[in-house]
Amino acid sequence: MKKLLIIVIAMLISGFVTAQEAKQGAKLPSVNVKTLEGETFNIQNINNDGKPIIISFWALWCKPCKKELDAYNENYEDWKDETGVKIIAVSIDDSRSTAKVLPFVNGKAWEFEVLLDPNGDLKRAMSVNMIPHTFILDGEGNIVYQHTSYYEGLEDEIFELVEKVAAGEDISGKK
Amino acid sequence: MKKVITILIFTVALTSIVTAQGFLSKSQVHGSFEIDGMYYQADDALGITESDIDGNIFGFNAFADIIYSIGDFSAGFRYEAYLPPIAGFDRSLDGQGFPYLWASYTTDKFSFTVGNFYEQFGNGLTLRTYQEWTLGYDNSINGARVVYEPVKGLILKGVYGTQRYFWAKYEKNGRGIVKGFDAEFNLNDVFASMAESKIKLTIGGSAVSKYQADENPFYKMPKNVASFAGRFNLGIGKFNFSSEYAYKINDPSAVNNYIYKNGDALVVTGSYSTKGLGIFAMFKRIDNMSYKSDAAVTSNALDINFLPAMIEPHTYMLAAMYPYATQPNGEIGFQLEVVYKVPKKSKIGGKYGMGITVNYSQINDIAREKANDTAYIGQSGTMGWKSDFFKFGDQVFNRDLTIEIDKKFSKKFKSIFKYIYQDYDIATILGHTGDPNVKANIAIVDLTWKITSKKSIRWELQGLWTTEDKGDWAAALAEYTISPHWFFTVADQFNYGNKHSNERIHYYTGSFGYTLKTTRFALTYGRQREGVVCVGGVCRQVPASSGFYVTISSSF
Repeated sequence: MKKLLIIVIAMLISGFVTAQEAKQGAKLPSVNVKTLEGETFNIQNINNDGKPIIISFWALWCKPCKKELDAYNENYEDWKDETGVKIIAVSIDDSRSTAKVLPFVNGKAWEFEVLLDPNGDLKRAMSVNMIPHTFILDGEGNIVYQHTSYYEGLEDEIFELVEKVAAGEDISGKK
Repeated sequence: MKKVITILIFTVALTSIVTAQGFLSKSQVHGSFEIDGMYYQADDALGITESDIDGNIFGFNAFADIIYSIGDFSAGFRYEAYLPPIAGFDRSLDGQGFPYLWASYTTDKFSFTVGNFYEQFGNGLTLRTYQEWTLGYDNSINGARVVYEPVKGLILKGVYGTQRYFWAKYEKNGRGIVKGFDAEFNLNDVFASMAESKIKLTIGGSAVSKYQADENPFYKMPKNVASFAGRFNLGIGKFNFSSEYAYKINDPSAVNNYIYKNGDALVVTGSYSTKGLGIFAMFKRIDNMSYKSDAAVTSNALDINFLPAMIEPHTYMLAAMYPYATQPNGEIGFQLEVVYKVPKKSKIGGKYGMGITVNYSQINDIAREKANDTAYIGQSGTMGWKSDFFKFGDQVFNRDLTIEIDKKFSKKFKSIFKYIYQDYDIATILGHTGDPNVKANIAIVDLTWKITSKKSIRWELQGLWTTEDKGDWAAALAEYTISPHWFFTVADQFNYGNKHSNERIHYYTGSFGYTLKTTRFALTYGRQREGVVCVGGVCRQVPASSGFYVTISSSF
């Protein structure tokens, strides 16, 4: 058993080291999430016609998450006009409150798409440890940036990065 | 040791060659880790002496979770260490190891997993396995899972295995074996004629069974206990309805005091929402629905199903003082919520609009009557009780009215005002036997002032007023943040209204933290008040403590 573990760890370490170059090409995992209408949907199927995508993990019980998404919502019109960015908010609320997400999102008048991840399948597959956790994807669907926590003003930085990504710049820092 | 090194070198070399050759050029490795450390100090005011600590000055919880994927194949593990667990976590966690090891193969229509996995059927009333680090909770199944989607819109799942019980290995005739099957059917996807319909309908059903050998010396235990559930989700334009009903065969256990009654649970929700307005209503009833893979266990472990606590979850310091936890042996209740956004440029809304949220929930005990004339209610070895399905019992477990207003006054100045009324059965929920329900009024003001585009200050002022339990509290918090890296917080919770003047304690804390992309470091010094931390309907008691708390987390 111990030997097996050592092998696995060694493989992962060396795999990790060699995979570093390919890291920039990290894509979304194949995981099912739900739409607010209850339809099952594989996250790999999202696309934005070659424009950047922001994926933000949140929950109804997470105050900073809601602040972050409020800030995105205020700017969403402008951001879309300037960069064509699409925002997807993934709620990790469990079955205590999944049914409350739809009326909440509409009540808030949030304009972006909201998906449900009620048992944290996508959260785990994307190694999201604490929320808010925000990813930026480039036009090819590569994850080029990620960030946890939200403080006032973070939205400006996120948008600067999105502008760079939309202009075809590499912000992953891996080159 | 020599052998180990040889294996290590050989594997590293081999893997590197394979990956370098491009076979694994599509491979990805990512993961996350977290280290939480606590350094305890004696604190006279909290009644913690050096001899209480007795040399155990450190608590340490850590994990690392790694996922490796190449094409359709992925595998991963999580290492955990509790050396020893931080105060408030189950002592059975003491130790270290790899409680989560898995490999899976996934294509468009098919997914096969061996090892540990997390799964949820419907709302989880029959089966849900999940992990919650902040609670030290993990009931993953170790076994096999198959997910099959023969046509788009029809998803079939099957699971088989045994559940994690801290570090205890599975032994024959020990804890039970869990089997489950679930089917979900989305009519809009399956029937082309419904694809564009305004009516969105999903239906589903599940069946779960556990097998546990009968080792009980007093009662004849059913070896197989099955549970079944049916559910639907229906969307019609701005309306949405969902419901799940679950039924469980008699399952005498330490939680229900070994009664032979069947159990059931019903959750019904409805909502209406349009841009700027959301209305939500729900009803739920639970009767004898604890379902664990070991009938003798009463702690937060080995749950097969999940009974969601459907109330407003509070996160502000004082509002979280009396958190509700689902009563698996029986509860009945409802919840109503209205979310409204007063439009921009209206009289009340002002330039930026204003948000209003009102939530009311009430949960009572179910109405119970004697099952027969000779036995008292809930007596071991009997049918337990009879209960009228829609009748509310007299005992109020929890009532909660929350009114929240959020208003932005200018580009620089935002605010949240909150009023909460709580009626809380502290005897039932926290086990303070004989204590009356706590009736508390809570007021919260939360102000944010954005100094520059990156710097801001936030203040919280809170008050909790009650004549029960520990009496009145006041709390204040100031937080300074510099986006995207820094935060500095000072906070104090003061139990100024405690009947015992020597217990009028200040629970002060000071903390700061630094975030770089997905890596976060935070250090807190101060006092933690005795309380309950609840996430996802599961709670853990946290003892009072004093000292330093450090947390480092990262994901990549």
